[in-house]
Amino acid sequence: MTVQEIKEKIQTGLPGSEVEILDPYKDGVHIKAIVKFSGFSGKSILEQHRMVYATLKDELKEEVHALGLETRVS
Amino acid sequence: MEKTLHDKIEGLIGSEKVYLFMKGTPDAPMCGFSAGVTNVLRSLGVKYGSFNVLADQTVREGIKEFASWPTIPQLYVDGEFIGGHDIVVEMARSGELQKKLGN
Repeated sequence: MTVQEIKEKIQTGLPGSEVEILDPYKDGVHIKAIVKFSGFSGKSILEQHRMVYATLKDELKEEVHALGLETRVS
Repeated sequence: MEKTLHDKIEGLIGSEKVYLFMKGTPDAPMCGFSAGVTNVLRSLGVKYGSFNVLADQTVREGIKEFASWPTIPQLYVDGEFIGGHDIVVEMARSGELQKKLGN
């Protein structure tokens, strides 16, 4: 699973979202996704994160140890 | 999930007002995210129970299913799943976590 694929998965699952992936160590492992999405409006942080995780369901069966997540209402 | 495992997890969560499933122990966290959550709880002066999932593979897998949440650490307050590292940090920053903790 490349960083680009993760980005595309999230954008497909949350249409219209803006996704930025930070890969500070350039290892594709310790990554952080910053997701801005209008559909987060009115949702708790927990619900917002669950929505992002849902788009990565298959990938997260294997533990993605270090996927940091930051969500914002766009 | 087996009933015994479910009951065990529920029992752990119910044993303290604040309960953390983590990798390692509060004194010796074994991952950066677990360390981050213990730092937040320490800075708030919160007393909490914890479980080291590295010591028990069944709980490590079971807790993910229990919360429908793919990663560890997981923080619970009054039996309610609060979230993982990023959520705990964000809620502490906004003051929402302190409210949940009754501080």
